Amino acid sequence: MSKITYRDALNQAMCEEMQRDENVFLMGEEVAEYNGAYKISQGMLEKFGPKRVIDTPITELGFAGLGVGAAMAGLRPIIEFMTWNFAILALDQIVNAAAKMKYMSAGQYSVPMVFRGAGGSAARVGSQHSQSLENWLANVPGLKVVMPSNPADAKGLLKSSIRDNDPVIFIENEINYGDVGEVPDEDYLIPLGKADIKRAGSDVTIVAHSRMTGFALTAADELAKQGIDAEVIDPRTIKPLDEATILTSVAKTNRAVIAEEGWRFAGIGAEISARIMEKAFDDLDAPVARVTGKDVPMAYAANLELMTLPSVADIVEAARVVCNRA
Amino acid sequence: MAEKQKKPAKSAAGLTHEGREYSAETLMEMHDSMLFIRRFEEKAGQLYGLKKIGGFCHLCNGQEAVCVGVQHAAEAGDYFMTGYRDHGHILARGAAPTAVMAELLGRAGGMVHGKGGSMHMFDAKLNFAGGNGIVGEQVPVGLGFGFASKYRGDGRVSVCFMGDGAINQGAVYESFNMASLWKLPIVFVIENNQYAMGTSLDRASAETHLFKRGISFKVPGMQLDGMDVLEVERRMSEALVHARSGEGPIIVEAITYRYRGHSMSDPATYRSRAEVDEWRSGRDPIARLQAQIVDAGLATEDEFKQKDRDIKKEVNAIAKAAEAQPEPDAAEMWADVYSDPIEGAYPYPGKVG
Ligand SMILES: Cc1ncc(C[n+]2csc(CCOP(=O)(O)OP(=O)(O)O)c2C)c(N)n1
Ligand SMILES: [Mg+2]
Repeated sequence: MSKITYRDALNQAMCEEMQRDENVFLMGEEVAEYNGAYKISQGMLEKFGPKRVIDTPITELGFAGLGVGAAMAGLRPIIEFMTWNFAILALDQIVNAAAKMKYMSAGQYSVPMVFRGAGGSAARVGSQHSQSLENWLANVPGLKVVMPSNPADAKGLLKSSIRDNDPVIFIENEINYGDVGEVPDEDYLIPLGKADIKRAGSDVTIVAHSRMTGFALTAADELAKQGIDAEVIDPRTIKPLDEATILTSVAKTNRAVIAEEGWRFAGIGAEISARIMEKAFDDLDAPVARVTGKDVPMAYAANLELMTLPSVADIVEAARVVCNRA
Repeated sequence: MAEKQKKPAKSAAGLTHEGREYSAETLMEMHDSMLFIRRFEEKAGQLYGLKKIGGFCHLCNGQEAVCVGVQHAAEAGDYFMTGYRDHGHILARGAAPTAVMAELLGRAGGMVHGKGGSMHMFDAKLNFAGGNGIVGEQVPVGLGFGFASKYRGDGRVSVCFMGDGAINQGAVYESFNMASLWKLPIVFVIENNQYAMGTSLDRASAETHLFKRGISFKVPGMQLDGMDVLEVERRMSEALVHARSGEGPIIVEAITYRYRGHSMSDPATYRSRAEVDEWRSGRDPIARLQAQIVDAGLATEDEFKQKDRDIKKEVNAIAKAAEAQPEPDAAEMWADVYSDPIEGAYPYPGKVG
């Protein structure tokens, strides 16, 4: 094991896969000469040269589409969006092209590619730069959605995503980029569609992805002090969703809280809680609780930003409510 | 371009430049406005360093002649829309500087009550329709303002700014085509500061003469020295006449330079110190106008030094006043999502259940 950052884990994943398969290339704004706006591609231009690490103009729709075509022609593009906010310009290529080509061509064409970049809220960057899009994207048949919460998962999941034969939406988190964690030294993959139990517990199941996994773990520590033993599950991939791990946990704890940074309306929590209701209704001792961001655009002012985002205290409170301890 | 430019000559009231007369008063206004923006941005940079301003903060040092020259050419009724490098533009337009600073600090009295911060300045009273954080966002929006003016026949022109990076967004060309097809009153101003973050113009653009980007849409274009406020004012006036006359849109490419990094977090290692110095000390728009005014005998260097001290003092007082304001009220979080709030939507109560 080595201690590395989430950022370096992503970098290692891309480098290893580019060494392994010469069809893999990285394209995006500032990925080459600037070494990435968030330094994820640090040193990659030097390692792989300008043929495989390519700076683009600011033309998200265009280069996302380039990725789709190149993937259909047999390459394995990694398309970096500086942040997912800018991928909104590219949604047509992601949703109408990448996601549907396989189906529309009756399987004649595949689109093995990764769209990746930072999602969710960064700090104090305002409404156009702070939003969670995983529920929009997970809603589309043909796409997979991956959201790692720590360095080891980031590396193993990105490697699997690059090797996957379908388009993968890989959403990182800017605030997590500097997080340090243990990462295996040997070559390893983490399969898509496999949740991870980040903390075992018996009283309440907390499902949380991306940055909220860390929040949930902190909340679990606080809950432990209050005599509530929480189990924290990180789905790691939103789609495919590892329903079995969640349902098994709920069968044990009989109570569930789902935490996400994004907006509440039709969010990931809505999907997961519906599944629990459909398949584990008899296991539940309390209605499932959702902790989400407020349904408003993100403001810049520090106090408003803090109020808009879900907090550790919100998760603790929700867990107490479902445990009848509020 | 700068090289071709003739020296301004003295005239009775002020000076004559390329056949255009500028009164001493106008010249001083332009000067003071540019210097104010320079000192305001420096203060913002300082406050960012002190972590009082957060997030992304893009300063316009070096580009003041574009902000001020365009503004002086435009009319109060004209619409403005910009990207995120918007402090200089809204200040030049006449917004209250304390409110701009308060917005940077995320305070209640900010331009948009602390909701937007550096990138999202708005002032509808001044027809300033926004700073936008998504590169190119304002271009089709500007098209819509132009459409509304033509629809109503109100004689206004939309002045739509974009950068040399933004010029490559597809929607820009969709906008050029529609603007030309329907002869909309729009001046597309390209602030060509030669870099989009760390990407120099020639690494992102096949055609680096950006004023030619409208040719296939029959949108005429002109290039001007964006470091010369008098040239900006004069050529921009011509462009506005064109747009206002019903002849359709026009592109103005202002060659300029940003002295600072892209944003406060960019060390700007992609360009040499010599290059920055060449623009900073060789072509600075404020120093240039000062020299022209001194040459014309309208002010002395000492007077400019005193003016600079006064402006610095004024900016310090503004920052203090802005800092003294409270944070926005908590209710502000829920306000302005809709004109008529939706009943039964998620007024997330903060508690579960
Ligand atoms: C659609 C989109 N893509 C990428 C970004 C990130 N970004 C912010 S500013 C910028 C460079 C823009 O450069 P330019 O248009 O030349 O304007 P300047 O910053 O020089 O004023 C980039 C890539 C963004 N905000 N929006
Ligand atoms: Mg630029």
